[in-house]
Amino acid sequence: MASLSRADVEHVALLARLGLTDAELALLEGQLNHILDQYQVLSRLDTDTIPPTAQVIELENILRDDAPRASLTPGEALAGAPERAGDYFVVPVVVEGAD
Amino acid sequence: MSDRRLTRLHAHEMARGLRAGEFGARELIEAHLHLAHATDRALHAWMFLDDDDARAGADRADARLAAARRDGPAALAALPPLLGIPVGLKDLVVTRGQPSTAGSRILEGFVGPFDAHIAERIREAGAVVLGKTNMDEFAMGSSTEHSAWGPTANPWALDRVPGGSSGGSAAAVAAYHAAVSIGTDTGGSIRQPAALCGVTGMKPTYGRVSRFGIIAFASSLDQVGSFGRDVRDAAALLQTVAGRDDRDSTSSPVPVPDFLADLPDDDDLAAGYLRGLRIGLPREYFVAGMETGVEARVREAVSALESAGAEIVDVALPHTDYGLATYYIVAPAEASANLARYDGIRFGHSVRDGDVLADYLATRGTGFGPEVKRRIMLGTYALSAGYYDAYYVKAQKVRTLIKADFDAAFERVDAIVAPTSPTVAFPLGARLRDPVAMYLSDTCTLPVSVAGLPGLSVPCGLSDGLPVGLQVIGRAWDEGRVLRLGRAFEAITADAEWRRFEPTDLPALDDPSTPPPRVPSIPASGRGGD
Repeated sequence: MASLSRADVEHVALLARLGLTDAELALLEGQLNHILDQYQVLSRLDTDTIPPTAQVIELENILRDDAPRASLTPGEALAGAPERAGDYFVVPVVVEGAD
Repeated sequence: MSDRRLTRLHAHEMARGLRAGEFGARELIEAHLHLAHATDRALHAWMFLDDDDARAGADRADARLAAARRDGPAALAALPPLLGIPVGLKDLVVTRGQPSTAGSRILEGFVGPFDAHIAERIREAGAVVLGKTNMDEFAMGSSTEHSAWGPTANPWALDRVPGGSSGGSAAAVAAYHAAVSIGTDTGGSIRQPAALCGVTGMKPTYGRVSRFGIIAFASSLDQVGSFGRDVRDAAALLQTVAGRDDRDSTSSPVPVPDFLADLPDDDDLAAGYLRGLRIGLPREYFVAGMETGVEARVREAVSALESAGAEIVDVALPHTDYGLATYYIVAPAEASANLARYDGIRFGHSVRDGDVLADYLATRGTGFGPEVKRRIMLGTYALSAGYYDAYYVKAQKVRTLIKADFDAAFERVDAIVAPTSPTVAFPLGARLRDPVAMYLSDTCTLPVSVAGLPGLSVPCGLSDGLPVGLQVIGRAWDEGRVLRLGRAFEAITADAEWRRFEPTDLPALDDPSTPPPRVPSIPASGRGGD
């Protein structure tokens, strides 16, 4: 298993869409490496033939009828929006030249 | 009846009093609201109390009681057990028209547009929700110190943590603000605070309770459960919320038995359940770093069970030591995916900073606290290209081994008992420097969560004047047996001296000059634990 450099920490923060300060990045570099060290214990186990467990209870797919049911009204769905225009959430421009 | 006497009743005693007409639901709820308002400054168990909603709920309960009284004894007996009973909800249960922040600044100002499944069930049962309780941000922590809104104190010692992440729910029940409360448990977040606050906490089998409307942390682990001041009360709340809901595809259609029918009020009857019961004692749970007082209380509890007729069997759970690393890969990985939804566009905290990427970075960078950022970073890394097999898949394979340990043990025994937490409540601030030290708070609960099994924590005595919890672990879907064992333990220790002690710092909570809980200032650094 690897250890994380400062550049790695910055890369992961970007992947995670977390804007971190220099102080946070420095602190995380040390802490994440310390935590990753704890993960090393797993390498003691030979798991080549062990199947992974994604979830623990046995459940079959349960399907329901594809029938309409009551849902939030546009007003309810938009009630918490930081910025709205009519029945829409306002987002920054994501496609260049879109106007 | 005085406020003090009303708030000290157990929920099943309140239910009897309401049916007998000794007091009304409005009187009962007013007593709890009064106590909570008067003493929560120094405890900080509550995010908010909704007096008007609680009073309306109490009046509805009184109307149902009056109607049933007119219809006769059969109608009274058929009323749901929690009718008129005061309940707290952890701040991650979404309710219509009320705030829910999950302890996070990123949900500041969020008002629920709908009711969680369990909130619907609680209201249908006539129980009265007083408000929302404090918690570690997004349930990530073992001390409630990671709440963006400040920590909760432990009613047994106000300079100590209540445990976490459901610390507000545990403290509210311990301090008599509510008879029962809802928590969630991902790696120990019901059982560990129950142990540290000296109350009963029940995490059912993964899939037993619908999570529709529960703010998600780690979806293959999260489960809703209950707190009470005894096993019957915690069971009554679990009964109220358990069962299939087609809005959560991971909630199970396995039938829910009548838990309360097997939890007699009579101590002799309850204790009789232990005769011939095979109880496993896993040697791996008496770990290095366990406090001697905790180990002594747990071993005394095991002796008491044995004296009452149970057969104690040594069992091995050899992969216990791998639980911590397995959990701290799986849970952050799932959290990093679940928390991707907080984008500052549809609801909650939002910072506009130029373009869409800058908005995300600023919103999430200022909205999440340090422990949540750390988990998102760990999870994102563990799922990233080149590391997915080394971390996430490896942890899922070890998860298979941990579950297999329990499967093998349960071929030999009916239930397993162990410590809930290796230590009693620790001082506020004590584990904030080192995330790994905080994570170690949950060594005894994490493997049970990883295996998805039901776990109960019941008080089993005091060490240095602070509560110790006994953990009871069962097979999947076998909550009934776990609860009966817990109730039997209550019965055989009913006369124990430690049961006569109330939380030590209740008088300090009554004193209006006691300051709110505060984490002693420490250098900016690690925080952690669930």
